[in-house]
Parts: sequence; structure tokens; C-alpha cells
Amino acid sequence: MSKVMENPRNAYGETLVELGKKYPDLVVLDADLSKSTKTIMFAKKYPDRFFEMGIAEANMISTAAGLASCGKISFASTFAVFATGRVYDQIRMDIAYSNANVKIFATHGGISVGKDGASHQMIEDIALMRVLPNMVVFAPSDATQTRRIVELMAAKYGPMYARVGRANAPLIYKKDDLKDIKIGKGIITKDGDDVSIIACGTMVDYALDTRKLLSNDGIKARVIDMHTIKPIDKKLVLKCAKETNAMLTAEEHSVIGGLGSAVSEILAEKGCSCKFRRMGIQDMFCESGEPKDLFTKYGLSADHIAKTVKELLK
Amino acid sequence: MKSHNDELIKKLNLIAVKIRKHVIEMLYKAKSGHPGGSLSAVDAIVTLYFNHMKHNAKKPDDPDRDRFILSKGHAVPTLYAVLAEYGYFDVKELKRLREINCMLQGHPECRHIPGIEASTGSLGHGLSFANGVALAGKLDKKEYNVYVMLGDGETDEGQIWEAASAASHYKLNNLTGLLDRNFLQIDGNTEDVLRLESVRERWSSFGWNVIEIDGHDIRQIIDALHEADERENQPTMIILSTVKGKGVSFMENNVDFHGVPPNELEYKLAIRELDTLQRKLEGI
Repeated sequence: MSKVMENPRNAYGETLVELGKKYPDLVVLDADLSKSTKTIMFAKKYPDRFFEMGIAEANMISTAAGLASCGKISFASTFAVFATGRVYDQIRMDIAYSNANVKIFATHGGISVGKDGASHQMIEDIALMRVLPNMVVFAPSDATQTRRIVELMAAKYGPMYARVGRANAPLIYKKDDLKDIKIGKGIITKDGDDVSIIACGTMVDYALDTRKLLSNDGIKARVIDMHTIKPIDKKLVLKCAKETNAMLTAEEHSVIGGLGSAVSEILAEKGCSCKFRRMGIQDMFCESGEPKDLFTKYGLSADHIAKTVKELLK
Repeated sequence: MKSHNDELIKKLNLIAVKIRKHVIEMLYKAKSGHPGGSLSAVDAIVTLYFNHMKHNAKKPDDPDRDRFILSKGHAVPTLYAVLAEYGYFDVKELKRLREINCMLQGHPECRHIPGIEASTGSLGHGLSFANGVALAGKLDKKEYNVYVMLGDGETDEGQIWEAASAASHYKLNNLTGLLDRNFLQIDGNTEDVLRLESVRERWSSFGWNVIEIDGHDIRQIIDALHEADERENQPTMIILSTVKGKGVSFMENNVDFHGVPPNELEYKLAIRELDTLQRKLEGI
């Protein structure tokens, strides 16, 4: 059965338009990428509350903080690579240290950016944002979850970062599936008791495919959607460590500093000795190519994850 | 040139001396901090808070207040002293600058210090932040004005010029920059480190209204601020021609006092000079 696809970027743009009505103080900034990040939808509906900042990301971030200091809910968007690494100091001082009500919503995260190559494939953003005090970090897994997370971002005060990919993504959830979604509470998307695959963002769907492959071999995998990477759902990680024989993390990000690191920290501090692997980009820059081919070459395909699970369970 | 009440000018000059004495005492006590750029900024900040801006120490979060953002955050001893003297917090706090378990951080911090609008200290951010405040003012149809002080060395930062473009693009006539043009940064003269001239042409070519004044002449500062507020369709940059270390003879134009506090002897000499200046202003 072919999957129903929807682009999380469109979900972001549409949700901003809805939230624009609900929150008269919501403002949106973009750095010459509004057609790609889909903030253009908000710009068309609320031109007075949309600020085109040009190709000047540092200025965009600090300006978003200035607006927030006057009671605005500032959403600032651009590609993940420009939304974090390029403006780390601005985020650190003006948003995190100042505990400003700024929401950075980044698109084009991870290697699924594809042909633009390593310059545009952001695989360090989650690590960079996770290390900042006060910052909440999300990686929604599909368009439905993106809508809910954008709503949560607007509703709660404080610095937040979310990243989605460029590509269309298979729909994992219906709206009602996520009516109880909470910041910092992971979702058991599919249950199983042999192995837990804790995934975020695009990798949740790959984890679900992995689960299907493993079921052919009689292995029952549990898939956790860890949409909030910080604060992470420690309780759920420990529950999985206790209830399943092995654990993997899967992220479209470096294995250093992101979801895999966050889960390892919990396991290590609790003295858990479960079998464990981090699936992600193995401390290297990738290259241009079709997303599907890149996922295969760099070890993120369902086949590769399934193989790793089987080795781990041996 | 408008005529000014001599009493007002005398009052502001006396406050400026008092603030300079606070700065010297604070840095001597803290055994760290930045005397040079704090002293060059005194007269403009005193004029803003004690004469020009609409603000209320009892209501630091008043949504209609004028805002001042100190982008050159290392000059914060001056701002802390001004805020304390105006009543934002107890003057006693000044003695505990940079101490553990105390309120006054080494650089401006906006969450816990009444009157501090923006956390700064990493140079180059303040103008962008001020743009955001000015945009919010326009959006909310507020009458407030936004003032932001930049160091001249600080304008080496690329972000300043991103912000300069944006302020002019968005016609932020409710925004006034004050450039503390003292010609010195840590590694030496601004023109040797990374040439800034012509500063006037730079800002005017970015679409700003530019006013050049003596940054230690309170009459000129008052006039320039009024002129800036009346501007339509564009932001104003007031280039304050200043002397780093102003008010203490051996600190003036001396780059060694950029980030080094006075020792005991220097402290005593500085206070003696400022006391003399104070008596002179009082006509004693």
C-alpha cells in the first residue's frame, strides 16, 4: 500500500495562518526563504505581521528577540543550517540567555535535503540547540505532528526550536491520534517487546518500515516517536530499557549531540546495561544525491537499521 | 541652537560627574571591568535618562516607555549607575558589581535587573534587537522611541550593517542610534585596527539621517535627541564625538584603560579629579 504523503513545511505555513487569527501578537520573520519555509502563507494573510529580513539571518534572530521583548510571539524561519549554526551567538544571547519568547522553526534539516549537498544538509542543529539552557527542541515526524507542535510552540512561553525536512513525508498520524500530545512526552507509535527503536523526525517513518521488516523474522519492535528531544522523556526511555532487550536511536542528524546522545546520557547515568546502538550520521559530512540513495549509503535505510537490530539481538 | 536653561545643564553635568565617580568606585571595587568606554558614554546616557526619555523607575515594564539598549554592553557600569541613581534599584547594589550571588552581572542582563532591556555583551546584536523593539512599536501604534548606543569598534561587526539596512528599509523613524565615536578599541586606534572612516558617509549611504555632535556637550546632546525624534521616514544616527576615559586625565585617550580597572593609587587620583570637577561645576 502506498503511503499518503504531506509536506511538513506546508503544515507549518497553514498552521501559522490559523494561529495568526488566534494570537494577534504572533509575528513571523523570514530570511528570503519564505517560499521554501512556507511562511509566505502567513505573509499573504497578515502582511503587517510578517517581516522579510533578507539574507541576513543574524539580524533576523536578534530582531525576533526585540519584537518578543514587546510581548510578541516571534516565529523566525529559514533553513536549519542558517537557523542555527550561522546564528548560534544571536540565539545564545538574545533568545536563550534572555529567555525570550522566540520560536525558531527550521526547514530543510538533515540529509534529505538531497542534491544541494553537505553545505545545506544540517546534521548538527539538534546538538547545537540542545546544549543551550532554556531551549526546547523538537523534531516532528509528519505533517500532522508538525501542526500540533507548532500550536504547542505558540501556546507556551519560552525559547523553542523545531526542525523539519524539505521533502514530502508519509503521514503517520491522524489529527485525533495526537490530541494528547505534550511537550517532553514521547509517543509509543507501535508497541513491541524485543527491541525499542527511539526515533525523531523523518526517522520515525523509517523506524516503522524497519519494524515491518523485523516482523518477517519474528522480531517485535517498539517504535518510539521522540518528537521532543529536549526536555527528553526520561521515563519512557527507562521504561523501554526495562521492557525490551535492546534499544536503538534513529535520527537524521549526527550521532553526536542529538537524540542518540540524549538517550545514552539517560542510560549511562541510570547504569542501564541494555544493548544499544545510535543510528545517524557517523561524524562525517555527506554529499549530493537523491535522499533515498543518501539514506542507504549513510546507514539510515530501514534495511540497514533492521540488520543492525538483528546483529544486536544475536 | 536652542537656548537651554543653565540650571538644567548644570544639573545634568553634575549628575554626569556623580555617575563617573560611581563608575570608578564600582570598577575599583570589582577589580575588573571597562573604564574607558564606560566614561565616554556617560554624558549621552545621563541626558537620555535624566532629561529626554519617557520612563518610570517604578514601572520598568510600562509598555509605553521609551527604551534604551546598550549594545556596547561592556559600558554597563555607566548604565547601572544611571539606573540606580534614577531609582530602578538600590544604589548599594553598585558596590556589588560582578560579585557572586549579586544582581549586577558583568554585562547587561535583562531577566533580573530592573531597567535593562536587552542582554548584551556579545557585540553587534543591539541594533538588531532595537529594530525589533521599534518594529513592535510601529505595529502596536505606540508613541515610544527606541535609543541604542553602539561602540565605534563594535561597528566592525557585520551584523551592525545588516541591521543598518533593515532599520532604513523599514523606515524606523522611532529609532535613534548613538555612536560612541571615541576612536579606540582594545587593539588600538579604530582606524588602524579596521578602518571605519568615513563613518558619516557609511551611515548616510545606508539611508540614515546623521547628526554629528560633541558627545560630552549636554546642550548638543539634548538638541540632537530632539532633532532625531522629529525625523520622518528614516532612523537617525547621532555620532557622538567622545574621548575614551573622559573625565579622568590619565584614562583619557588611553587604550590601556579599555578593560583594566584602576589600582588603589589610580582610584584615589581619579576620585580627586572628579571631586575637583564637581566643585568647579557647583561654583565652589
